[in-house]
Amino acid sequence: MATQQVDAPQDAETPEAVVVRFAGDSGDGMQLTGGQFTLSTALAGNDLATFPDFPAEIRAPQGTLFGVSAFQINFGSRQIDTAGDAPDVLVAMNPAALKTNIAAVKPGGLVIADTGEFTKRNLEKAKYTSNPIEDGSLAKWDVLAFDISAQTVEAVKPFGLGNKDALRCKNMWTLGLALWMFGRPRKPIHDWLRAKFKGKAELAEANIAALDAGHAYGETAELSGPLHQCHLDPVPAAPGLYRTITGAEAVALGLIAGARLLRLPLFFGGYPITPASAILHHLARLKEFSVTTFQAEDEIAAICAAIGASYAGSLGVTSSSGPGIALKGEAMGLAIMTELPLVIVNSQRGGPSTGLPTKTEQSDLYQAVYGRNGDAPMPVIAARSPADVFECAIEACRIAVQYMTPVMLLTDGYIANAAEPWLVPDPEAFERMPVEFLTEKNAGDQLLPYKRDERGARPWIKPGTPGLMHRIGGIEKAVDTGHLDYSPGNHQAMTDARRDKIAGIRVRDQQVEVGNRSGKLAVVGWGSTYGPIHQAVLRARRKGMDVSHIHVRHVWPLPANLGDLLHGFDKVLVPEMNTGQFKTVLRDQFLVDAQPLTKVSGQPFQIAELEAAIATYFDEVPGNAGGEEIEPNLQQLPNPEAGHDDGTTPRDLRMMHERDN
Amino acid sequence: MNDMTPITTVKDWETDQEVRWCPGCGDYAILKAVQRTLPQLGSDPANTVFVSGIGCSSRFPYYIESYGFHTIHGRAPAFATGIKLANPDLDIWLVTGDGDGLSIGGNHLMHVLRRNVNMQIMLFNNEIYGLTKGQYSPTSREGTKSPSTPLGSIDHPARPCAFALGAGARFVARGFDVSKNLPDVLKAAHAHRGAAFVEIFQNCVVYNKDVFDDFAQPKGAEDRQLWLEDGAPMLFAGGTRGITLNHETLRLEVVEVTDGDWQTAKVIVHDVTNRAIAHMLVEMPFGPFPMALGVLYDDPVPTFDDMAIADREHAVAGKEPNLARLLASGQTWTVSGTVDESAGHPARGMVSK
Ligand SMILES: Cc1ncc(C[n+]2csc(CCOP(=O)(O)OP(=O)(O)O)c2C)c(N)n1
Ligand code: SF4
Ligand SMILES: [Mg+2]
Repeated sequence: MATQQVDAPQDAETPEAVVVRFAGDSGDGMQLTGGQFTLSTALAGNDLATFPDFPAEIRAPQGTLFGVSAFQINFGSRQIDTAGDAPDVLVAMNPAALKTNIAAVKPGGLVIADTGEFTKRNLEKAKYTSNPIEDGSLAKWDVLAFDISAQTVEAVKPFGLGNKDALRCKNMWTLGLALWMFGRPRKPIHDWLRAKFKGKAELAEANIAALDAGHAYGETAELSGPLHQCHLDPVPAAPGLYRTITGAEAVALGLIAGARLLRLPLFFGGYPITPASAILHHLARLKEFSVTTFQAEDEIAAICAAIGASYAGSLGVTSSSGPGIALKGEAMGLAIMTELPLVIVNSQRGGPSTGLPTKTEQSDLYQAVYGRNGDAPMPVIAARSPADVFECAIEACRIAVQYMTPVMLLTDGYIANAAEPWLVPDPEAFERMPVEFLTEKNAGDQLLPYKRDERGARPWIKPGTPGLMHRIGGIEKAVDTGHLDYSPGNHQAMTDARRDKIAGIRVRDQQVEVGNRSGKLAVVGWGSTYGPIHQAVLRARRKGMDVSHIHVRHVWPLPANLGDLLHGFDKVLVPEMNTGQFKTVLRDQFLVDAQPLTKVSGQPFQIAELEAAIATYFDEVPGNAGGEEIEPNLQQLPNPEAGHDDGTTPRDLRMMHERDN
Repeated sequence: MNDMTPITTVKDWETDQEVRWCPGCGDYAILKAVQRTLPQLGSDPANTVFVSGIGCSSRFPYYIESYGFHTIHGRAPAFATGIKLANPDLDIWLVTGDGDGLSIGGNHLMHVLRRNVNMQIMLFNNEIYGLTKGQYSPTSREGTKSPSTPLGSIDHPARPCAFALGAGARFVARGFDVSKNLPDVLKAAHAHRGAAFVEIFQNCVVYNKDVFDDFAQPKGAEDRQLWLEDGAPMLFAGGTRGITLNHETLRLEVVEVTDGDWQTAKVIVHDVTNRAIAHMLVEMPFGPFPMALGVLYDDPVPTFDDMAIADREHAVAGKEPNLARLLASGQTWTVSGTVDESAGHPARGMVSK
């Protein structure tokens, strides 16, 4: 995360964090609203995390349930690690948006609805039999329902726009209201609008008028209704240039940075699959960075082409999600056997089989660590958040090349789609690791393609190099010469060499994220559970519980000191979005009594769920006997099924087919 | 045809590895033909890559002194595509079998042909799975008895050249292991810029012995082999018979040619760029017709690798690969504070090394 850790006591009056979800028809510009609100949040110095549900470029029929587009932001005066347990505020621009998002909202939360869109027809499209604003079904929440459409049309009247164009300013009206609620200046948005509508002054001014009108509305409505202003203090953040970044973007940028630090061209072979496709889309636009992208005929061809490219001297990369990774298994074995560098990015999703294409899960850990035939060790790195992916990708590239091995980088559906602030790094600050290809015989007048260096890695020899012709393949290789060799002693020696090479990979010592190096309870996480675990541990510690957070990036090989570290705790709890895979690895590797806490609902852990789980270990802490059961929020994040695929698939096509498979 | 100054001899292409094919296997003859052809092409071992899948045939790279990659079953075309895209200067020969290329790897073979990646593709067709001890293959004739089809196979066989043409191949040729013409066929394949598909009938003496004898055995070969040559009439049996197109049925027919007057007999002149005739030739059933051999079709179009290079040049034109600027793109904002004066970049020092 971008900001520093703040471990301040919680104050009931001013919340330290607020979750807002903007939801509307995909034509309502909710992503724009969310994006600009995010920028204003960042400028206000709050930390934040967002989860966008990208709208498609071509719109679904207006007002339908599957045409809803949503954007959730969690921001606060403390470090923010998740997109939020449940929205405090829902802005619903039509009945469909209300229907698909209301269940997620915190009881007592604020619902702002545009009554102008709650027409009979729209209610029918949203499958409402009566108007929820009038029938009392929203009693659990504070509802502020009024005609935003009419207010907007009124505000932009002086600019002479047609009704349709006028209504398009609704999102700016809403943004104006949101800016007022959180005491944000309008000027940056004014400037942005003027730049966006350069040469179309009347559109710029109309949008500005709508924004201002929404802002002014807040001031008048506050006197009577449920609306009130809320101020969140800035979080002290490291100075510098920031941007928001999604996990998919960070993979693309990290791979490019990694390849450049190694001075290698990047070859990316992919085959479309949710949620991994976005990486291919990003890289396809960045060819000027010596990037070649290849959309193969299937996942097998994608990895095979990437291995071929690595063989020829590029940094081969392939990417997929669970089902596609399964198809790549045999080829990973070949890369392990031929000892060629390769990066495999797995954006995990719910499984098995097609499973839950748009939902997040961490259930491919066994597949990553163990999922190949033969003794086929492979390093596995797991990213914790969108911003963390960048460094993890560079690390994956480094290990792949320095150890001549395929490396798997694990992200997941949440990381791929979520966005967070990122302190833009200076590429100059990273260590350069230029690759040296073998250009001359390496054993007197003999070439030994499998002669190992001090890391246990064999030389990388590009075809095209004079005098170094040799043959490689998947059949067991003789030590040093690489000739075919089935003899028992040789297979033992080569299996050991492959194992030792991977086991000996230098990874940083395991640190403790929060807490101490020993104590009562360690909560051990990997991947995207970082955010909720981190917050839950901070909260539990504020209540006096002796709990520490350990977050593992290097899933394989594990940091050498991790075993000792874990043995320093009375209890070890491993929350995972699977049925306990990392727990098994820890038990196996360190004989430690790791206890699982598992969740596979397709939604990330809520902070509250983890807090409750931690609390069960601390009955002796005053006021904490028993811990409490936490209802999981099944719509904690906006539902990407509503239109997720990063905006590149025509919506009308997706209506006809099972989407996102 | 297309001879270049040799910079190597046949010996230069031989490895020190013990060849492990069964004695009498047709693979030996193909290996020799290739080793004889490469010097004539002016090929450089350092710049030549043999890529194969899995099978007896796919052991080929181990026996050629060049770069070689023995990959996994059926996937050689995908590896070769990656190699070619990463280094288009490499001269790639792909070796596959009827099982490797048309069963497990049919999909990849289709796509490498359709994309037209510049390489020579040799499919050794022995109509059997040799390496796994003789099961019938997708090209085995109906009724083939094998360990997995004790009563004879019931599948309809695939025709490799028809498959290739159907997949969009721009070069399709045929030869057989012991044919003296094989080097010429390989040279033509090499001269074609793009994916050049060559089906090579190969005798698996252990599991499918002599199944090609009906046309390949030297005795009477004249009558049963139609060697195609661009611009020449389709004649066989010493010029006494030819292939004509019946303009009413739109089918090929065998006609008698008297006194060499093939014009009167309306024998077709082979035009290697005629795709319609190529389709007929690859489907021409052996028995009523001779076996069509040599270059059946050759009509180059831009290759995938050339297009990929052009696409890249187009995409990068006028763009500067500035990583710092790329990282700082999108929605940005600045958090002010004391920045290390010596640092040129606001974020310097903040990132881990
Ligand atoms: C994934 C996989 N499945 C099956 C095999 C077993 N296998 C090896 S070679 C082969 C068939 C080879 O037939 P063909 O391509 O015709 O080659 P030939 O041996 O006849 O030259 C099979 C099924 C394998 N190596 N890998
Ligand atoms: S099994 Fe058949 S194809 Fe394989 S080496 Fe023996 S003869 Fe040749
Ligand atoms: Mg075969």
